[in-house]
Amino acid sequence: MSILINSRTRVLCQGFTGYRASFFAHRAIEYGTKIVGGVVPGRGGQTHLNLPVFNTVKEAREQTNASASVLFVPPQAAKDAVFEAIDAGIELIVCITEGIPILDMLRIKQHLQNTSARLIGPNCPGVITPGQCNIGIMPASIYQQGKIGVVSRSGTLFYEAVAQLCREGLGQSTCIGIGADVVSGMTFVDCLKLYKHDPGTEAVLLIGEIGGAVEEEAAEYLASLNYPKPVVAYIAGRNAPPYLRMGHSGAIIAAGRGGTDKKIEALRDANVTVVNSPVEIGTTVRRAVR
Amino acid sequence: MKVHEFQAKEILRNGEVETPRGVVCHSLDEVPQALKQLGGSVWVVKAQIHAGGRGKGGGVRVVQSAEDALGAARDILHQPLVTPQTGPEGQIVRKLLIEEGIGIQSEIYAGLVVDRSSQRVVLMISPEGGMEIEEVAAATPEKILKTQIDPEVGLTTEDASAAARFAGVPEPLIEKAARFLQALYRAFWDNDASLAEINPLVVTTSGDVIALDAKMTFDESALFRHPEIVKYRDLDEESPAEIEASDAGLSYISLDGNIGCLVNGAGLAMATMDIIKLYDGEPANFLDIGGGATTEQVVAAFKIMLRNKQVEAVLVNIFGGIMRCDVIAEGLVTALKQIDTNVAVVVRLEGTNVETGRRILAESGLTLTIADDMDDAAAKVVQAARS
Repeated sequence: MSILINSRTRVLCQGFTGYRASFFAHRAIEYGTKIVGGVVPGRGGQTHLNLPVFNTVKEAREQTNASASVLFVPPQAAKDAVFEAIDAGIELIVCITEGIPILDMLRIKQHLQNTSARLIGPNCPGVITPGQCNIGIMPASIYQQGKIGVVSRSGTLFYEAVAQLCREGLGQSTCIGIGADVVSGMTFVDCLKLYKHDPGTEAVLLIGEIGGAVEEEAAEYLASLNYPKPVVAYIAGRNAPPYLRMGHSGAIIAAGRGGTDKKIEALRDANVTVVNSPVEIGTTVRRAVR
Repeated sequence: MKVHEFQAKEILRNGEVETPRGVVCHSLDEVPQALKQLGGSVWVVKAQIHAGGRGKGGGVRVVQSAEDALGAARDILHQPLVTPQTGPEGQIVRKLLIEEGIGIQSEIYAGLVVDRSSQRVVLMISPEGGMEIEEVAAATPEKILKTQIDPEVGLTTEDASAAARFAGVPEPLIEKAARFLQALYRAFWDNDASLAEINPLVVTTSGDVIALDAKMTFDESALFRHPEIVKYRDLDEESPAEIEASDAGLSYISLDGNIGCLVNGAGLAMATMDIIKLYDGEPANFLDIGGGATTEQVVAAFKIMLRNKQVEAVLVNIFGGIMRCDVIAEGLVTALKQIDTNVAVVVRLEGTNVETGRRILAESGLTLTIADDMDDAAAKVVQAARS
């Protein structure tokens, strides 16, 4: 079992013919992901990687019955591309694009309201259900099938955590890179709600960091109900100085907000096991599930 | 991207937000002419640096004679100004803004920010103008009104008027103040700002509503559609290492310690700082070379990092995903051969093809310490920095 995606998920690729899109779509197909076509305005009717290319998402969805779309479009075109996917009825939109203007994201968030579409990202590595479906840029070979759900704001630290899980013999159900921009789609809470009902997920690992309040919101959610599965978290950036952006656009402590202390305290109060050291993530999850 | 106060005010004036008249001076010689141009008998001399808290550091002076104006200018211009946000060495003041004095009836705080919780632009307004909004929020949160703004609608007259009333604007001036706030919002939105703070916004004795101070920052991801704002970038306000890093596509922040960190990915870079601290070491920097870690990036990163003479040991922490460890190892070896340094280098590689990667490092002939994992790497680099 899994959440969001599985071996039957039919996936479109927006910006399909670009270099990066082609590279990662090819890998995804090799992995067994059902990529069913791509969308590139003006290239409708062509084929790429032996798959059909369409001018619009609407047309692609009608012809392929895709339910998910992964976006490799330039940041200037991202707002319109996400709007197009939402309007065409795509259920899961995974936006890899980095550097989308914040105000464009606010409009995207507004547009997402009152629809059932889910957005992962932007500026994220994507989502994977090991052995079934890989959407995005994650190195599929490091993942193993299993029962731990993992959600992360960052990329390589996410991989580090997954490698530690595998070393402990713990595979993963579905792993989601939600991105670390100031404004983004799915949050920790959204993912926790899905894992809650997934019989294939035994425990959840959250990889957070400084900035924003998605960790506090997760703590508030977990404290509000008797969450049926163990939750473990690691929050990066304990030693980050305030007012400086630590790489990710959303990783900043400002005006006394966004620091790790409050996040960790809130999570611990909500019965989450918070890992102190980034090298103890795997062993802590192992203890939590046994 | 940060801009100076005088630049923010230029942007606001273009958006029909009222500001005091002012003249920018780069040297003392320009001061008398500025005073003459502005007229009147009261002026404000304001240091132009990006850091906040200028008033606290003595960088803002009200003067009542040409002599005092020149004196204030002499005290401030070309001198370092230390504020709570500059660090102890301060920031050299290279420009002054001299403005006409304004008769103040009341002072208000008005700020527009992207609120991460509601994922909307929020107008914050308070009658406590001139105070730090964080202090107001901590002490008297009831004195701040927050209004969420629908991106498809903008700031409505109704919401703007309610905000002005909350801030204590006298009834006959509510309409004027609401128009001010709406113009401020439009300037924020049209220019892709990420912050616009007017503190204080003042109601003048002559019944005007004007931005006495102005702070704006802009979304760097949106600069592609604002070439006019890119021109406002002031390289004097950035550290040379940070400029070089951003030119090379790296994200670099200098810190106080002696252990250089070179990491691919921001989250892993923060985690690397954390584990060095757990071993009682002190990171000298945050450095994210991106997920790929190419040879060119590694070379640029080492050059920037080693310019900091406090660095006594370097930890390279790379997780190779799509970019395989053997490719990264080749790149590291090429890069390290180009860089001539006595500083101890500890390398930790993990991920796809890690065994081949480690063998390439071991057989490179370079004096590297190869770590088994992140824990081992942190222990080794902290020890190397001590010896």
